[in-house]
Amino acid sequence: MQGNKIRNLISITDLSVDEIEGLIETANDIEKNPEKYQDACAHKQLATLFFEPSTRTRLSFESAMLSLGGQVLGFSSANSSSASKGESVSDTVRTVGNYADIIAMRHPKEGAPVIAAQRTVVPIINAGDGGHFHPTQTLTDLLTISRKKGRLSDMTIGLCGDLKFGRTVHSLIEATLRYKNIKYVLISPDELRLPDYMTDKLNEAGADYEEITSLEEAMPKLDILYMTRVQRERFFNEEDYVRLKDTYILTPEKLRNAKKDLVIMHPLPRVNEISVRVDDDERACYFYQTLCGKHIRMALILFLLGIKVKEA
Amino acid sequence: MNIDGVNTGIVLDHIKAGKSMEIYEYLGLDKLSSCVAIIQNVKSGKYGKKDIIKIDEIIDLDLDALGYFDSNITVNYIKDGKLVEKKHAELPDRLTDVIKCKNPRCITSTEQEIPHVFELVDKEKKMYRCVYCDALVKLK
Ligand SMILES: [Zn+2]
Repeated sequence: MQGNKIRNLISITDLSVDEIEGLIETANDIEKNPEKYQDACAHKQLATLFFEPSTRTRLSFESAMLSLGGQVLGFSSANSSSASKGESVSDTVRTVGNYADIIAMRHPKEGAPVIAAQRTVVPIINAGDGGHFHPTQTLTDLLTISRKKGRLSDMTIGLCGDLKFGRTVHSLIEATLRYKNIKYVLISPDELRLPDYMTDKLNEAGADYEEITSLEEAMPKLDILYMTRVQRERFFNEEDYVRLKDTYILTPEKLRNAKKDLVIMHPLPRVNEISVRVDDDERACYFYQTLCGKHIRMALILFLLGIKVKEA
Repeated sequence: MNIDGVNTGIVLDHIKAGKSMEIYEYLGLDKLSSCVAIIQNVKSGKYGKKDIIKIDEIIDLDLDALGYFDSNITVNYIKDGKLVEKKHAELPDRLTDVIKCKNPRCITSTEQEIPHVFELVDKEKKMYRCVYCDALVKLK
């Protein structure tokens, strides 16, 4: 890290392409030589402040810190914290900043980690702020793609499902737009198309993209297939939800025309948008993604704490 | 005060017709002890009609605040009867507690007493972005 400037990760664009490359390199080294890193964060504490529950993300952060030899403290929902008594983000973070060396926080309100970063001198990692950003998911996705494809440029990425509200999709597009020769195939029902402000970004960047409603039609072109969940709470009525939720279910049958080296991804948890019969297909990478998530979070914690691990 | 000319002072020109009183109050000109003249509905080739404010003193003007109000305003600084400087009010890069974020999911809707801060993203379109939730607001 340069100087004494505290770095935070609020949005994926807080990191340069080179810094992301560095994180990917560290994550790959962690995978190869885990013992080299097992005491890297000894006597350091990570606070996980989850004002909104997300067991999966919290466990990933905690596992990452424990594997670095560090310790964890925190709370897992606003109910079990003083936030339920009306304590503000500012006050919570000011307090916890005196205990922990680094904070990962999730909050239902958009922009909450910006406030957190203003109130403390320890690095803040945004572990999701409402429908806004979730940069460690995006880092996870980039590491998965990089490991499976050996590159982050020159490929066709299919994004399928809820492209309207799916923040992981928006964030992944934003991150991959910085790499060369990426084509996007946007697969969704009309109701859940990518919003205009996102297609504006694609147009501005001069990106090659197409919007399509049929998953099977898109399949043969794809190098990456990123599936997302169609969430019940996005719909005004049950009828629309029931009609649409099954439209984009991935089955072995739909994969018949897919490339042999397709990479199937999903931010998890899934409901039924990917049939469990796909799980054994070697192209299914969504559980592997969770392992990548742990490795990249380890690399990120080291980066934000400014810890360099010496060669063994 | 000679309202035709200011010997030493400031002339705010090209104010949208009818807006001069608001600006007078917004800038707190009522608190000055020097002469202030408000001239309304002056014929102007550029905008049809305009207002002008003349202040008989050189004061420290918040050009950002003025720019938020009306970015067409020009500020003329006059010394010894001569125009010494002409400035254009511009949209400020940052607005703090001038407009409020209307996104109900924004942290500003629940967090106690935090400033509402917006940053200019597009001068032409007069577009500002909430620094917390990225919600876009277009100024009228
Ligand atoms: Zn906002």
